[in-house]
Amino acid sequence: MKRRVVITGLGIVSPLGIGIEENWKALLEGKNGIGSITRFDTTNFSTKIAGEIKNFDPNTFIDPKDIKKMDLFIQYAMAASTLALQNAGLPVDQVLGDTAGVYIGSGIGGFTAIENNHSALVQGGPRRISPFFIPACIVNLAAGFVSIRFGAKGPNSAPATACSAGSHAIGDSYRIIALGEADIMIAGGTEGCITPLGVGGFCAMKALSTRNNEPQKASRPFDANRDGFVMGEGSGIVILEDLSRALDRHARIYAEIVGYGMSADAFHITAPSEDADGAVRVMRACLKNAGVAPEMVDYINAHGTSTLYNDKLETMAIKKVFGEHAYKLNVSSSKSMTGHCLGAAGGIEAVISALTIMHQIITPTINLENPDPECDLNYTPHTPVKRAVNYVLSNSFGFGGTNAALLFKKFEP
Amino acid sequence: MEIEEKVKSLVVEKLKVDAGQIRLESKFNDLGADSLETMDLIMAFEDAFGITIEDQDMAKITTVGEAIDFIKQKKA
Repeated sequence: MKRRVVITGLGIVSPLGIGIEENWKALLEGKNGIGSITRFDTTNFSTKIAGEIKNFDPNTFIDPKDIKKMDLFIQYAMAASTLALQNAGLPVDQVLGDTAGVYIGSGIGGFTAIENNHSALVQGGPRRISPFFIPACIVNLAAGFVSIRFGAKGPNSAPATACSAGSHAIGDSYRIIALGEADIMIAGGTEGCITPLGVGGFCAMKALSTRNNEPQKASRPFDANRDGFVMGEGSGIVILEDLSRALDRHARIYAEIVGYGMSADAFHITAPSEDADGAVRVMRACLKNAGVAPEMVDYINAHGTSTLYNDKLETMAIKKVFGEHAYKLNVSSSKSMTGHCLGAAGGIEAVISALTIMHQIITPTINLENPDPECDLNYTPHTPVKRAVNYVLSNSFGFGGTNAALLFKKFEP
Repeated sequence: MEIEEKVKSLVVEKLKVDAGQIRLESKFNDLGADSLETMDLIMAFEDAFGITIEDQDMAKITTVGEAIDFIKQKKA
């Protein structure tokens, strides 16, 4: 007997701000969180722009002694998890126990720790490597540190599925609660790799926009003049809870999770296939899992990365799955404002999907000045739209062809 | 005196304790350092004083006073 699972808390750290109020306000105003990179000297880099987190003080969320043990992606996850639990009205200074688990995914983990310790190794030998190096950089230590901080002794894991990691964490957590293996899950994604290797690695693949003189216009999903994605960083965390427990404690319910789909392109390490087969199958799998017909979906929070291939192929996939209804629903890409936060994206976009349902407002795709002729759906350009939103589909597609889709529903008892 | 002051300031910086809490007999454990934090502190001593503290010597450095004595000996 599968239990119902609801979202009772949201936490977000993104290039648009820290916390849901700041983020939601920025999303409605069509703000953009991209700027010139300040973290390192970008003189020799073809891409000099990214969505950096601003005004982040780790001391607000982390014991000062522990900060040096955590690369940025862990710090962001600690902050977003704390905010999410507080938002859910759950305790942050008590042991949550073995019915509370943590699934926090990340694509890369701690590049800064890798770069710094590699330099130390090369310059001074192995004895100069920090004893905290390994724990600071491995992907699962976001979930690890969060579980330690909140005494969450339930299921603990960390999907490492690139740009789908956050969505996989939430989908897997949904199943865990539905199957009765936990009552609460702290779930989502985190990423913090705006570093020479991180930016340089994506530059080497020519995946990033080089619109360095106009950073705020560089992330332009579905636009004819898009030229690649813009890296972001941050963390998006949702608190998932068994419905009966949420009702017992009179929790605020943002939305219900009703579907989770997974698929693999099995095609290419970075490019989708020309028929968008993987994306088609993941959306269908999600709707089938939910038992919901395509015509019921009101809004798709697209993967919408602002790359040449993703945006046109995701559009194709939406038309194949939804038929004529594709032209009646709203689509938008919040990456037009946040940039592409990689492993954090699925978590950030789940937070945005939940807020969309709570407020019944669809956030826009900004920078859509000249839509690609192959992208002819309603991407909610420029300004937010108020409409009835019962079902929201959120897509995430990652390198290696790993796909995830989540279906959120307005809660009805 | 310089060595004692430097050691205490590194303990304050790494373990985030008040200078007032630190005595020569204070064990790093009691000041809140777990095994990794102790190793990190020892590395900080090596960097600050330009010395090497071998693994077998590390086991003998469990208090602030023992660290100071060891460093004085190495620098003598």
